[in-house]
Amino acid sequence: MADTNTEVAHTATDVATAHGADMAHGAEAGGASMPQLDPSTYSNQIFWLLVTLVVIYFVLSRIALPRIAAVLAERSGTITNDIAAAEELKLKATEAEATYNKALADARAEAARIVADTKAQIQSDLDVEIAKADEVIAAKTAEGAKAIDEIRANAVASVEEVAKDTAGAIVAALGGTADQAVIDAEVAEQMKG
Amino acid sequence: MATDVHGEEAGGLVFHPLDQFEVKSLFSDGPVNFISITNSTLWMAIAVLCVVLLFVMGTRKRAIIPTRTQSIAELFYGFIYKMVEDVTGHDGVKYFPYIFTVFLFIFFANFLGLLPLSYTPTAQIAVTAVLGFGVFIAVTIIGFVKNGASFLGLFWMSDAPLVLRPVIAIIEVISYFVRPVSHSIRLAGNLTAGHAMIKVFAGFAAIAAVAPVSVVAIAAVYGLEVLVAGIQAYVFTILTCIYLKDALHPAH
Repeated sequence: MADTNTEVAHTATDVATAHGADMAHGAEAGGASMPQLDPSTYSNQIFWLLVTLVVIYFVLSRIALPRIAAVLAERSGTITNDIAAAEELKLKATEAEATYNKALADARAEAARIVADTKAQIQSDLDVEIAKADEVIAAKTAEGAKAIDEIRANAVASVEEVAKDTAGAIVAALGGTADQAVIDAEVAEQMKG
Repeated sequence: MATDVHGEEAGGLVFHPLDQFEVKSLFSDGPVNFISITNSTLWMAIAVLCVVLLFVMGTRKRAIIPTRTQSIAELFYGFIYKMVEDVTGHDGVKYFPYIFTVFLFIFFANFLGLLPLSYTPTAQIAVTAVLGFGVFIAVTIIGFVKNGASFLGLFWMSDAPLVLRPVIAIIEVISYFVRPVSHSIRLAGNLTAGHAMIKVFAGFAAIAAVAPVSVVAIAAVYGLEVLVAGIQAYVFTILTCIYLKDALHPAH
């Protein structure tokens, strides 16, 4: 049976291709078995392979690859831009923070300065007022002392007068006539006493 | 049909792990000529459709905040763009659309090939050889155009001992010409092997006793194939970048 098949394969190669299956089986029995090694189909496969490759090449190079390249470029551009924008915003935020901190520090320093100034102002005002008050108190004290001295002097004079008058009156009551000058001298003597 | 009978006679098992790689005309019974619509054509067209859906429909809104589909498209774009830029340097970036085309074709062909009942164009040596030799020829032309005769410096290890340099040059030349072969066979071979293996395990499922083992094995191999589909697309692309780097900067 194998012989018959080989014979068929040998005698009618062109007919055999028409009945591919039979030929392959026959070839198998005869020893050469691979359909890949049948040259009668090569021209067909090569022709269609070339057609396929050309079609794929044109589809890719005319439509797909420029499109994908454009999309990828656009995407990377967008990403780069976004990153740059984010970087800028971050920088701005840092700047703003620095400004804020500086403003805060300035405000603190200003406040401290104002507090110190105010304290100094109050202290100096206070000192002036205290000095003024001391002065006033000293003046008042002096005035008071003066008044007291005056009063004391007045009182002594009054006492002397009263004593003179009283002594004159007592002397008169006792029936004597006293020399006013003697009495005065006597009273002055006694007052010193 | 005759061998089906033969196989069943042999032990009740039918193994045709390579049938899935057959290129068949879809709308006619005639021989496959070079413009007939075959299963290969169909699945290449579906790969193109997937690329259009993902990269044209998915990015239609050009959203700055991407939709899910657009994110996936951008992920692919960014991944391959970065690979090209990292490996070949800045002057390799202008070849990015070509490299991206090759990557997407292989990637979608590989993954669509994992759908049940589908067909994998990249498991065909005819397809991968065109890709591999295409890269090889393009890179060689770019190398000579950019560097002139100094492109041959790629084969001359100036930091090796002088005695060894001719020997190394011969090895380098051989390895340079082997590149497209390994480049294309790696891809087709990996996919063919994986798909054939799944088919073989599926063949064993006909025996009830081993069917559970077979199903587990298919699941495991399928998982592996998902990895392979992505990794092979990646490997093909990064090797393309490395070859391009050699062409742009041949000095070692």
